[in-house]
Amino acid sequence: MTATLTPPAPAVAATAPARRPFRLIRHSLALAARSLTKTRRTPEQLLDVTLQPVIFVVIFVYLLGGAVAGSQHAYLQFLLPAIMVQTAMFASTAIGVNLNSDIKKGVFDRFRSLPIARSAPLIGAVLGDVIRFVVAMVVLIGFGTALGFRFGNGPLLGLAACLLVLVFSFCLSWTSVLIGMLVREPGAVQGISFLIMFPLTFGTNMMVPTDTLPGWLQAWVKLNPVTDVMEAARGLMLGGPIAGPITSTLLWSLGLLAVFAPLAVRAYRRRT
Amino acid sequence: MTYAFQAEGLVKRYGKTIALDGVDLAARPGTVLGVLGPNGAGKTTAVRVLATLLRPDAGRAVVGGYDVVRDADQVRRRIGLTGQYASVDDDLTGTENLLLIGRLMDLRTADARVRAAELLARFDLTEAAGRPARTYSGGMRRRLDLAASLVGRPDVIYLDEPTTGLDPAKRDDVWNMVRALVADGTTVLLTTQYLEEADALADEITVMDHGRVIAHDTPADLKRIVGGQTIAARPADPARLGDTGQILAAVSGHQPESPSRGVLTVPVPDDTAFTEAVRRLAAAGITMTELSLRLPSLDEVFLTLTGHGADDRQEAGV
Repeated sequence: MTATLTPPAPAVAATAPARRPFRLIRHSLALAARSLTKTRRTPEQLLDVTLQPVIFVVIFVYLLGGAVAGSQHAYLQFLLPAIMVQTAMFASTAIGVNLNSDIKKGVFDRFRSLPIARSAPLIGAVLGDVIRFVVAMVVLIGFGTALGFRFGNGPLLGLAACLLVLVFSFCLSWTSVLIGMLVREPGAVQGISFLIMFPLTFGTNMMVPTDTLPGWLQAWVKLNPVTDVMEAARGLMLGGPIAGPITSTLLWSLGLLAVFAPLAVRAYRRRT
Repeated sequence: MTYAFQAEGLVKRYGKTIALDGVDLAARPGTVLGVLGPNGAGKTTAVRVLATLLRPDAGRAVVGGYDVVRDADQVRRRIGLTGQYASVDDDLTGTENLLLIGRLMDLRTADARVRAAELLARFDLTEAAGRPARTYSGGMRRRLDLAASLVGRPDVIYLDEPTTGLDPAKRDDVWNMVRALVADGTTVLLTTQYLEEADALADEITVMDHGRVIAHDTPADLKRIVGGQTIAARPADPARLGDTGQILAAVSGHQPESPSRGVLTVPVPDDTAFTEAVRRLAAAGITMTELSLRLPSLDEVFLTLTGHGADDRQEAGV
C-alpha cells in the first residue's frame, strides 16, 4: 500500500462495524421499510393483485364451474385454494420487473456505493413485496367468502394455508429476482416470468382432478411441485391429507431459496 | 506523496470496447481533481471503479489506503458518490431519503435524524423536507443527491458531471457547495465537460480522451498549453471590423481570426490584454454588440492536445 490517508472522520469511526448477520438483517429491514413506504405512496401498483383474484374467481367459477363440477358453489370450494396459490405465484413475478427498472434509475448505484452487503437491497425488496401477497390473499378470501366460500377445516388451519402459500411465494420470488437481474428490459422480464408461470400454475390439478387428464399431462401434473402446494392449501382449508403435500411444499420452498437466492445475488453483483 | 485516492493503470473493457486504457488518477487530501473530457472519454467508468461499483480488468485503485477491490467495504465507508443523474428515491421524502442512507451507514436512528436535518438545512431543503422527491425541481434533486452522499461524512467525494443540464445560477450553487466541501477538508473528484468548471474548482486537472489520460496539469499550466484565453468581438457596425481587428492585433500580438461573419477572435495571454482592448475600442469610438473573454472550449482544448476536436471521435477512430 503506497498511499495513506488521515484517519477517518470521527462520525464514521464511531460506527464500529457490528457483527455481520445482524447488520445484514438491519439493513435489509431498513430497505424493506423503504419498499413499503413506496407502496404506500403509490398504491396503484397493488391494482394487479387486487383485481386479478376477483377476475379469476369470476371467470373460472361462473364460466366453467357449472360444466366442471355441476355446481358453482362446490367448484368455488374446490378452486379457491388453488387460485390463492396461483395468484400468489403471479404476484411474485412483479418483483423482478420492479427491480429491473429500479436498477436503471440509479438508486441502486447509491446502495452499491454504501458499506452494506450486496444482498441487502434484494432481501429488502423481497421482504417488502410480502405486502403484495397479503393483499392478494385478503382480497381473494374476502371475495370468495362473499360468494359462499367457507373454511371447511376452521379458520386457524385456513390461516395456516395462507402462511404456507406465503412462504412458498416468498421463496419463489427469488426466481423472479434472478430473471430481473439477468434480463435487460423490464418488459422481457414480465414475458419470461409468465412463460414459466403458466405451465407451473395451470399444469396442475387446479381446475380439474388429475385422473381426468391425458396420461402425459398427468405425468407433468404429478411432477409439478405446484400441485403439492395446491394440495396442501386444499387440505388445510377444506380437509383431506396434508402431511405429504406440506412437507413437499416446505422442501421445495427451501430448495428454491437455497438455489435461486444466491444465484440472484451473484447476478446482481455482476450486473453493472 | 500522500494521496486521498490513487488509481494506477486502470483498464476496463466491455467486449471489444476499451473504456479505460491504463488510466492514472490521484489527488492529495483536501484538494479537487478535475477530470475533463467529452462524453465517452471514460470519466464515469473511472469514477465507478473508484466508487467500488466496477472491478477494473487491470490496474489498481486505492482510496484512503484501502484497495477498491479487496477492501471495498472500507472504501465505501469513506466515499460519497453523486452521479450525473440524481440517484434519489422519488417516492420518498427528502428526510426519508437521508434517513435511509443514515441507517444503512449504521448511524443510530437519533443521529441519523440529526444528520438528515442538518444536511437538509445546509442544502436549503428544510421547507421541502416532508415532500416526496418527485415533486422537487432539477436543482433541488441535485442538492438532495449531494446531501445523500454526505450523510456518512465521506473523506472523498465523487461528483460525476454535477452541473450537466443545470442553468448558470444553479451551476453557481453547485460550485459553492464544492468549495464548501473542500473548505471542510473533503477531497473531491469532479468530472466535467467544461474547462471553465475545472478551472474554477480544481487544483489539478486530468484530461481524458478515449479511455486514456492525455494531459495532467494545474489549471494555470493547462491553460498555458492550450493557449490561455480568447477575446471574441463583434462590432455593431460591420464597417468597423477592420479597425477592431487592428486594435485586437495590437493588444494580443496575434492576427485575429473570423470564425463567423462579423466576429473576430484572438488568443490572449492574460486578462490585462482584454482590459486594454476594451479601453482602446472605447477610445476609438467603436460600439460593440459582443465583447467577451473566454476560456478555450473543450473542443479547442482537444484540438490543441490531440490534433482532433472532441466531436470528431468517430472519424478519428481509436
